[in-house]
Amino acid sequence: MRIINYISIISMPIIILLIVANGVKERAPIFDMFLKGAKDGIQIVIKIFPTLIGLFMAIGMLRSSGVIDFIVHTISPITNMLNIPNEIMPLAMLRPISGSASMAVATDIIKNNGVDTFIGIVASVIMGSTETTLYTIAVYTGSTKIKNTRLILLAALMADLTGILVAILVCKVFF
Amino acid sequence: MLNILWSVFIIISIVYAILNGNIEQLNNSIFEATSTVVEFSLTLIGITCLWTGIMEIASQTKIIEYLSKALHPIINKLFPNLNEKADKNITMNIIANMLGLGNAATPLGLKAMDELQKDNIEKDTLSDNMMMLIILNTASLQIIPTTVISIRASLNSESPSSIIVPVWIATICAAIVGVICTKILIKITRR
Repeated sequence: MRIINYISIISMPIIILLIVANGVKERAPIFDMFLKGAKDGIQIVIKIFPTLIGLFMAIGMLRSSGVIDFIVHTISPITNMLNIPNEIMPLAMLRPISGSASMAVATDIIKNNGVDTFIGIVASVIMGSTETTLYTIAVYTGSTKIKNTRLILLAALMADLTGILVAILVCKVFF
Repeated sequence: MLNILWSVFIIISIVYAILNGNIEQLNNSIFEATSTVVEFSLTLIGITCLWTGIMEIASQTKIIEYLSKALHPIINKLFPNLNEKADKNITMNIIANMLGLGNAATPLGLKAMDELQKDNIEKDTLSDNMMMLIILNTASLQIIPTTVISIRASLNSESPSSIIVPVWIATICAAIVGVICTKILIKITRR
């Protein structure tokens, strides 16, 4: 398992090394390029900041009021059957619908269960390995005014479910 | 979508909290949420700037060309009979997704949809290639999941990036299932 951890940790430095080394080879002004790109990063975060405030607040309220516990408790027979930890369910339910809401709910779960605990890691892996399915399908079909989607949502949700189940399984094996 | 979700979340939370006497916890959670976002955003700004900077270097150098050459056989296999423009846009869309350039990926993907629509016989129905493009965009192909690394870093994880290999494994399995399901749907929904 140490090798898996090692690959995880080395992957980001390796990618940076490849990109920088290739830039040096091409004699590109890489630091100037870096600065130009890094400037956009601030804009990206500032743009989503208000969304995050709104959604972190709403998700925090859902948890502190007890609504999340209530929902999780109600659907626990299904999650027990699929072997999904109850704490993960709010994320599994919101992930396909909204990117920023799932960011809020993932942070909430990770914070409340501990960032390096099993639940915290599973939530992280699910967050990293799935996308906002419904939103993506809506944008892509909407742009071309398509009405018949040939059940593509079904395939996408199957992929999401696979991602969630594999994430749990992998974490059980590795951590 | 969020207009509805957000209001529903807030209204049921407050009503439920009043009915169950949890109003004090609810009140405190509002302030806690705002400070969590500020902390998280600071980490996010740092990692996002770092990454968009590195990716600017990647997109200005030949790395993108190497990647698109490497991806070519896979794309040919997943998308039969592509015209040249659609091929280019789809390749760039997938690369942008892999590098985590979400802002660049969507416009490229929509351009690819427009190109695919030109070759589409039934204009109000998704073509086979369109289905494949959508399923690949609903898979999270990002090689380095920077957002979740930011979340973990802002919560003081001992090793924020330790989740990368598990993420790859889950992503690949999800993508394979998505592609297989799409292939099946393409067969059974064909007229």
